[in-house]
Amino acid sequence: MIANVKCKPWKMEKKIEVLREAKKFVSENEGALGKGKGKRWFAFKMMMSKKWAKFLRDFENFKAACVPWENKIKAIESQFGSSVASYFLFLRWMYGVNMVLFILTFSLIMLPEYLWGLPYGSLPRKTVPRAEEASAANFGVLYDFNGLAQYSVLFYGYYDNKRTIGWLNFRLPLSYFLVGIMCIGYSFVVVLKAMTKNIGDDGGGDDNTFNFSWKVFCSWDYLIGNPETADNKFNSITMNFKEAITEERAAQVEENVHLIRFLRFLANFFVFLTLGASGYLIFWAVKRSQEFAQQDPDTLGWWEKNEMNMVMSLLGMFCPTLFDLFAELEDYHPLIALKWLLGRIFALLLGNLYVFILALMDEINNKIEEEKHVKANITLWEANMIKAYNASLSGNTTGPPFFVHPADVPRGPCWETMVGQEFVRLTVSDVLTTYVTILIGDFLRACFVRFCNYCWCWDLEYGYPSYTEFDISGNVLALIFNQGMIWMGSFFAPSLPGINILRLHTSMYFQCWAVMCCNVPEARVFKASRSNNFYLGMLLLILFLSTMPVLYMIVSLPPSFDCGPFSGKNRMFEVIGETLENDFPSWMAKILRQLSNPGLVIAVVLVMALTIYYLNATAKGQKAANLDLKKKMKMQALENKMRNKKMAAARAECRSLQPVDSNFLSLPEDQKSSFPSSSKVMTHVKFQRTSFGEQLLCSTLDGIPDVFINEGCLSPPRARKISMLL
Amino acid sequence: MGRCGGDRQAEHLPTRWPQLLDPGTLEAVVLTMGSKQTVFTREQLEEYQDCTFFTRKEIMRLFYRYQDLAPQLVPLDYTGCPAVKVPYELIGSMPELKDNPFRQRIAQVFSDDGDGHMTLDNFLDMFSVMSEMAPRDLKAYYAFKIYDFNNDDYICAWDLEQTVTRLTRGELSAEEVSLVCEKVLDEADSDHDGRLSLEDFRNMILRAPDFLSTFHIRI
Repeated sequence: MIANVKCKPWKMEKKIEVLREAKKFVSENEGALGKGKGKRWFAFKMMMSKKWAKFLRDFENFKAACVPWENKIKAIESQFGSSVASYFLFLRWMYGVNMVLFILTFSLIMLPEYLWGLPYGSLPRKTVPRAEEASAANFGVLYDFNGLAQYSVLFYGYYDNKRTIGWLNFRLPLSYFLVGIMCIGYSFVVVLKAMTKNIGDDGGGDDNTFNFSWKVFCSWDYLIGNPETADNKFNSITMNFKEAITEERAAQVEENVHLIRFLRFLANFFVFLTLGASGYLIFWAVKRSQEFAQQDPDTLGWWEKNEMNMVMSLLGMFCPTLFDLFAELEDYHPLIALKWLLGRIFALLLGNLYVFILALMDEINNKIEEEKHVKANITLWEANMIKAYNASLSGNTTGPPFFVHPADVPRGPCWETMVGQEFVRLTVSDVLTTYVTILIGDFLRACFVRFCNYCWCWDLEYGYPSYTEFDISGNVLALIFNQGMIWMGSFFAPSLPGINILRLHTSMYFQCWAVMCCNVPEARVFKASRSNNFYLGMLLLILFLSTMPVLYMIVSLPPSFDCGPFSGKNRMFEVIGETLENDFPSWMAKILRQLSNPGLVIAVVLVMALTIYYLNATAKGQKAANLDLKKKMKMQALENKMRNKKMAAARAECRSLQPVDSNFLSLPEDQKSSFPSSSKVMTHVKFQRTSFGEQLLCSTLDGIPDVFINEGCLSPPRARKISMLL
Repeated sequence: MGRCGGDRQAEHLPTRWPQLLDPGTLEAVVLTMGSKQTVFTREQLEEYQDCTFFTRKEIMRLFYRYQDLAPQLVPLDYTGCPAVKVPYELIGSMPELKDNPFRQRIAQVFSDDGDGHMTLDNFLDMFSVMSEMAPRDLKAYYAFKIYDFNNDDYICAWDLEQTVTRLTRGELSAEEVSLVCEKVLDEADSDHDGRLSLEDFRNMILRAPDFLSTFHIRI
């Protein structure tokens, strides 16, 4: 009772009275039982539980305070509504995921190699080759991630394949492999967790039961204490209502079916043409870049060198606008049109991605072929060196000691580093394209509209071009695909998560500024999904599609023979076997070898498949039962409504009975006016007091109870007067 | 047995409650004596802590906020339970409330006479209910009272119209406002009497995912 008094909806005085009585009661009884010691233990327990509750609350406050950019997102929310803010929330969530990936790769791969591995220049793989040394520190070379950047912890090729390094005996190759797998695993877990959390939010898709009620009663944020924010909130609430009303009304529009169907067919035809053209363009750019690769790098301009990346970025920029244009023909409901647009952009970007991967696989195969030639050359070179060494030993003893500088050793092509470099370059060019687009497309346009409006023929702000709206779907898809790149490339370039962190960080600030400064809120706001699950689903798909090539490469391609932590092995995953052999006690190795017996593995896979099937069937059954129950509830509610309507009708008839002297009843005006005379007789008057007023119940000849609801001022004397009347 | 009886030494020794004089409580008394607050008696503070969701520090902070609203009016010594009411205009000008379109209703609901002038008890009550520790049920009850503009214990169409108009600052047309009110009654009025009772309202609001986070004032 004492603990619950604060939860009662009473005035303070009443609460304090009740509290005092309860305390008196408690202390009297405890005094009677004479439990002095027990009381102290009880008090101690209470104190500990209070302290624990306080600690939990403080911790929650701390956690909430740690979340970055909360104010920025709130400001955007208040000005643009929740759908634009959802992009920034998504960006922040990605930032968190990438932060974990960065911490994993940095602390378990890059830092150990930097601290305990052999330094730059000590091994051939860690040194810039003599031929490139002159230009190794040029900005142009570094920008391409060649030169000094290539021979550093940023890329795969730098790492040594020694089994343990440093005084801690840190097993770097094992760590590299495991961190790579863990990154992928962690990403899957985190995306799936987010999706399952949001499934609960979706409420089984039946969120429309209290749509307007929630908008009316839950939309004002009582935390607002700033007049500008309040203004923003009022605007956003108004917009929200208008959008909801439009949605209500849009359900009632007629269409001309045949024309619509023809236009939609035409629009889809154009979209196919565009997708085909984009695919061909990328294919052509790949062929051209292969030609350029044969030529001497110095004869190529900037465009030729970066043609592939630029073509992909530009396609990603312009094709969605084309799709938007074609969607004008289709005339779908905005929500459906949004879904079609997203699907088409997704297909475009997916096509781009896979053409890119095909090009890469081509390159990799070329490099592997080249390796064979280089291996042959190296054996020759080594033979020469040995001859020279022997000669120096047996010949002049006063000459300088025989020494081969690591920079002079001929190098094998390192396909993993090449893959890493491609992804890093693609990410960087993507970032630049995005920022330049925002600057030119949004900022310069806004400046132009704002300042040239004074001296222009038509109103720039309302007509064309006007300010840009924030393109939520385009930005979210770009974010998703960039993340796909990161997942693909981070095994071969451990620095990629770090670069991405930097990119997301600056993106956040830059885009927040751009949104607040250059964009206007959309006129019609339709979210692709209430709970973000649509975008998370796409993210999951991209995650799956990006890890497939990586896993394929790990499992089936031989690592380069002279660079990276797996050099010398036949396949990269052999590092696991090696660790099991050498580092674990022999009995464990035996057990694990038994476990990897094919028969056992097949049995486990079968059991997992059966479990999945069973869980799926259960889930389906439960969903069906859920829908059934909902249907029943709806029927029940309908029935109740019908019954209440009947009662209301009967009430109206009952009201038609005229009392002899209406002064005795203090009924509100609307009830008074509906008092025509009638022949029905009220047989029975019951007086009931309820907590919120007093109700007068009367029943008619039909036996249907009727209700006069009074404003709480009907006192017993009055009720008696009524019964006398009747 | 008033808590503000004439016993002026109440802040130093709990002579009224001899059964509390066991060692545990003496410690508490010593600690309180070291804290130098002279606004409330120890019992008053404890009672406030039991009746609201605030800790001792927060209650003192709230008292000083209340006192700041009307320094001339509010005495610094509440051991005698002075009957002081701060007028609504000063309450409504608090930074936490001044941009809220429902601030008048909030003050009216929590004040003794429904006129918006609040005593310290009302003030503490108000912020306790609006704090984030208050449970859903309690908030739902008070939200119902706040949105019931004509105090007839039902949210009728007129109440809804008032709410929507204040929410949109008059930007919606009359037709749109009445459409919204119709839809709300359609959705939430389960006994189909044309207005929302407390039960209807509770039924609807307790399922709202963002009710708790929006119906919250931080002070």
